[in-house]
Amino acid sequence: MAFTRRRFIQAAGLGASALGFPAIVRGQSGPIRVGLMTVKTGPLASGGIDMERALVQYLKERNYTMGGRKVDLFVGDSGGVPAQARTKIQELVERDRIHVMIGPLDTASALAADDYIRQAQLLTLSVAAAEDMTQRKPNPWFTRGTSTSSQSAQPLADYCAKTLKYKRMATIADDIAYGHEMCAGFQRVFEDAGGKIVQKLFSPLTVPDYGTYIAQLKTNVDGIFLGFAGSNGFRFFRQFNEYGLRGKIAVVGGMTAFDEAVLRNMGDEALGIVTSCWYSAEIENAINKRFVANFRVDWGYDPGFYAAATYVEAAVLEATLQALKGDIEDKPAFMKTVRAIKVDTARGPVSFDRYGNVVGSVYIRKVERKDGRLVNRVIHTYPNVSQFWTYKPEEFLKNPVYSRDWPPAKNLES
Amino acid sequence: MQYWIIQTLNSLALGGLLFLLAAGFSLIFGLMRIANLTHGSLYMLGAYVGISVLKYVPNLWLAAIIGGLVMALFGGLVERLILRPLAGNALGQVLVTLGISFIVADLCLIVWGGDPIPVPTPPALQQPILVGGVAFPTYRLVVLAIAVATALALYLLMDRTRIGAMIRAGVDDMQMARAVGIPVSRLFTAVFCLGAALAGAGGIIGGPIMSAYPGLDADMLPLALIVVMLGGVGSLLGAFVGSFLIGAIYTFGTALLPDLAYVILFLPMIVVIAFRPTGLFGRQSV
Repeated sequence: MAFTRRRFIQAAGLGASALGFPAIVRGQSGPIRVGLMTVKTGPLASGGIDMERALVQYLKERNYTMGGRKVDLFVGDSGGVPAQARTKIQELVERDRIHVMIGPLDTASALAADDYIRQAQLLTLSVAAAEDMTQRKPNPWFTRGTSTSSQSAQPLADYCAKTLKYKRMATIADDIAYGHEMCAGFQRVFEDAGGKIVQKLFSPLTVPDYGTYIAQLKTNVDGIFLGFAGSNGFRFFRQFNEYGLRGKIAVVGGMTAFDEAVLRNMGDEALGIVTSCWYSAEIENAINKRFVANFRVDWGYDPGFYAAATYVEAAVLEATLQALKGDIEDKPAFMKTVRAIKVDTARGPVSFDRYGNVVGSVYIRKVERKDGRLVNRVIHTYPNVSQFWTYKPEEFLKNPVYSRDWPPAKNLES
Repeated sequence: MQYWIIQTLNSLALGGLLFLLAAGFSLIFGLMRIANLTHGSLYMLGAYVGISVLKYVPNLWLAAIIGGLVMALFGGLVERLILRPLAGNALGQVLVTLGISFIVADLCLIVWGGDPIPVPTPPALQQPILVGGVAFPTYRLVVLAIAVATALALYLLMDRTRIGAMIRAGVDDMQMARAVGIPVSRLFTAVFCLGAALAGAGGIIGGPIMSAYPGLDADMLPLALIVVMLGGVGSLLGAFVGSFLIGAIYTFGTALLPDLAYVILFLPMIVVIAFRPTGLFGRQSV
């Protein structure tokens, strides 16, 4: 179908006349169409499938009704390829005519879709962690209920410096923006609290063998921070054990390094490892207990980062729709409401800052054995953590975005 | 000093693992003149099959043999049923192997799920051994020994047996081999099975180091390509030297020049191809 100028004018005319009607007539008609942009094939599929399972569970528990209207779910699979994610999002918007999108899963896909989200004014509840999407280049249609890359790493650095009394630490992470941002946030907070990062390593995302990196690790440190995603933390840690380093260097991990999804394939070697995340299946609140129990009944394992992500985003969506009495068609009102909302979710209470990013609890967790399986038991809670940690947002935003080279590492030892 | 000992052992162990992966790829490439893009999938599928075997029989070596045999069967079927009808159409064959690799990747995802699955190291080999005062994983040295033994066995097969002579003849000059009555067609299937078996067994032997996870196939395939391009297509010696060269370049390269981690593998390949298009040990094909 060629998009001619005449057709454009017709469409524009229709759109304009639609806008002319009072909101009550435009809204309230037909179901709310929710799009889930996830990954069901390829290397990221494990998390992506969990995202769909948890979202479907949430909708089932609400009998597919939110804010008094029926909800239809449409699922797009990008295979983890950013270009494909953009195409699929366009398909969700233009063919399935979704009102709101949950996702995409990964940062690269979120960045690839950024301009389309602005152009289509697509209401987005994202899971991807890219810092600048809610910092220096905020997208007005973008809200994130999970965490930026460093939002969970910064409290962990505080915990390492103040509670664990670590003085010297090393970091290793995937050589992607997510890994850079996490380590940068960790370094800044750790060094501001008086610690020293004496070694920083970044390994390629698809590194065949960590042996060469493990051989470089300094052994005269108090601990090492792992900023890995997906299965890499798991692979690194296995090899770390093989080299006999377990017990010699303490290990702490970022929010994806020892996720529940990874733990279920690990053994006793993981016991005692401290990580930080905005979620744990062990969080003690009524919503989370019910979520975990039902999820376990359906799938036989504990929900982790990705399952919780859509479950939390769905709660944010539902609370917003309730406040709006189901009127999702008024997009500016939706964005205004979602960013002003306060809602109790499986991760605890959630609200948003003026950049559209979540303010919520971050949990320090320790791997323990419970009922025969490994769990991330919560040992400390940092409430109301913002993406800016304790820094002033205005001053935080004057600095360059967290990266490989910023903040500069002044204490590296060669 | 300790650091250099560890990194040298690392590079040798990685080289050994790469040889198990690349030997079969090189044989198939040399004889059939197609880049078998399912090779990474065969490696991954071998690892997954081995994991399923390990559930019933906790013996890694048995799992490697069974994984290898299953992959030999799978490879034979692919060659007979899919590649054979496309004989003469090299581009078609390469594309179809790429297609199969996608199908295998998704089937693995359905059957074994998306989480990484560890392959337990055999209990006897779990303790690191001390080399010059530093701990090094015993299992990696075993992998190195297996690779050297495999290389020796393949050398004897290629150099001392009749079938080896026929394969070499096929690699050097296909037309002439056919003309003197060598059953090249059956040879194709045999070599494909052998290459697939090596990849499959390599997948499970490499398992305690690499684990099995979706995307393992795409991680391994480029490594096989690089080794074979560097060493020379169809040359066993080339695959052997290429594997250890890449193992060393990778290990020392990423340790000494961490910022070049991405290109470090490809630079030597480009240099070699620029000056010796057939690779270090490849012969001019006719």
